[in-house]
Amino acid sequence: MIMIFGKPLMLLYGQLTLGLINGSFYALLSLGLAVIFGLLNIINFAHGALFMLGAFVTWGLLQYLGIGYWAALVIAPLVLGVFGVVLERFLIRRLYGLDHLYGLLLTFGCALVIEGLMRNNFGSSGVPYAIPSALQGPLNLGFMVLPRYRAWVVLAAAAMCLVTWLLIERTRLGATLRAATENAPLVQAFGVNVPRLITLTYGAGCALAAFAGVLAAPMNSVNPNMGSNLIIVVFATVVIGGMGSILGSIITGFGLGIIEGITKVYYPEGSATVVFVVMVIVLLLRPAGLFGKAA
Amino acid sequence: MLHVAGLNAWYGESHILQGVEFTVAEGEVVTLLGRNGAGKSTTLKSIMGLVASRSGSAKFRGVETVGMRSDRIARAGVALCPEERGIFAGLNVTENLLLPPVVAPGGLDLDTLYTLFPNLKERARSQGTRLSGGEQQMLAIARILRTGARLLMLDEPTEGLAPVIVQQIGRTIREIKQRGFTVLLVEQNFRFAATVADRHYVMEHGRVIDMIPNAELASSMDKLHDYLGV
Repeated sequence: MIMIFGKPLMLLYGQLTLGLINGSFYALLSLGLAVIFGLLNIINFAHGALFMLGAFVTWGLLQYLGIGYWAALVIAPLVLGVFGVVLERFLIRRLYGLDHLYGLLLTFGCALVIEGLMRNNFGSSGVPYAIPSALQGPLNLGFMVLPRYRAWVVLAAAAMCLVTWLLIERTRLGATLRAATENAPLVQAFGVNVPRLITLTYGAGCALAAFAGVLAAPMNSVNPNMGSNLIIVVFATVVIGGMGSILGSIITGFGLGIIEGITKVYYPEGSATVVFVVMVIVLLLRPAGLFGKAA
Repeated sequence: MLHVAGLNAWYGESHILQGVEFTVAEGEVVTLLGRNGAGKSTTLKSIMGLVASRSGSAKFRGVETVGMRSDRIARAGVALCPEERGIFAGLNVTENLLLPPVVAPGGLDLDTLYTLFPNLKERARSQGTRLSGGEQQMLAIARILRTGARLLMLDEPTEGLAPVIVQQIGRTIREIKQRGFTVLLVEQNFRFAATVADRHYVMEHGRVIDMIPNAELASSMDKLHDYLGV
């Protein structure tokens, strides 16, 4: 058996893959947070709840309407995007004149309410969701075998990150978004409907969280706590990557997943905390984050 | 084209504009002169809808803009080139140039803009804020010439720039006047203003206190020195 630093290579491969999968979710979720933070300057604590709702919508579509996974991949983000638009339009918008802390408190409250309602309706143990038939079974890569669905998650997340990045960095709409992040009043004075841009950006961020939720639905059970379990690490990702940095979120998300995976091989006890150790080190050395611009 | 009457504006508790009155006719180049803090920039920002607290009247082509949101005012055909230039660091030169949406036909096309400002073409891919001060000012002016806005408000476009650049901006203003644009210019430098403007309004303590046609500028020098304290 091939050994790397005293550990079997297969074990390392296995944990690296698992790390990449976790990293996919960190990247997708912190990407949405970064987009929202950049323009709205609020830390969207509801992000984990929206991720969870995305998974539940996926489940509900199949359970009640017989609509399967592939359609859910489009429908759930749309549904939660609209949900986000409503949330922004009627609640979050009222807080723009106030300290950012209020936005954080409001979205945190929303997350608690949403999770409470879901727990009340579905219990804490959650409901199962089957892997779509086309993605069942193993995939032999030659050097290792991994479940087909996991490979799909990594590819789909990476593709979505790439599309989002291209949209923001390489299109007119993205340029307007970046400009509004820098100086919203001036962009509005050029004739751009900035309030609408903000609403749609929030909706798009929510849709990204829901997309991650759809990907997550067949992985474990769909349960009301799946968002809050994940979101703490995602916030650490955002802090490490640099608040509001798009590329930073993507790279940091995947990177942290891999670091977690490696830690699981060499020092399993540390795998749950390694992300936060990295966060502390980054905060001490580069308070603005690895990819953030100093304020 | 622009009728400002009894325009008031506040920053918090400070009453900055206290009943500003002036008019600008279609095709004119008009300047607002005055000392620092007289309210010139605030007047432009108020017309653009960038000052939250304002009252009175600023009619553009007969439409009241006080109370309108700034994006609506822009869509009506008013554009501002702010004093700090407002070039976006996160956007390259081309992205900066293409940022403001076209609000009406009749703006200058890219080829014309690149003829007027060749530097912008050479540095198309550079980060906006990497340009020299003069180039940034060119970019800030070119940006609003594209949109088809008919009233262009330029806030101290020559501030801190080398004489050769100031001359180029002067040529640009005369060029856009020839093309039928209306320009409202805030200037500290009245010698520069004299080379481009039809009329000058003098502001003091948040009010317009005098109007001097450009032809009478030479004979009004004593008065003007008195107003501006130069």
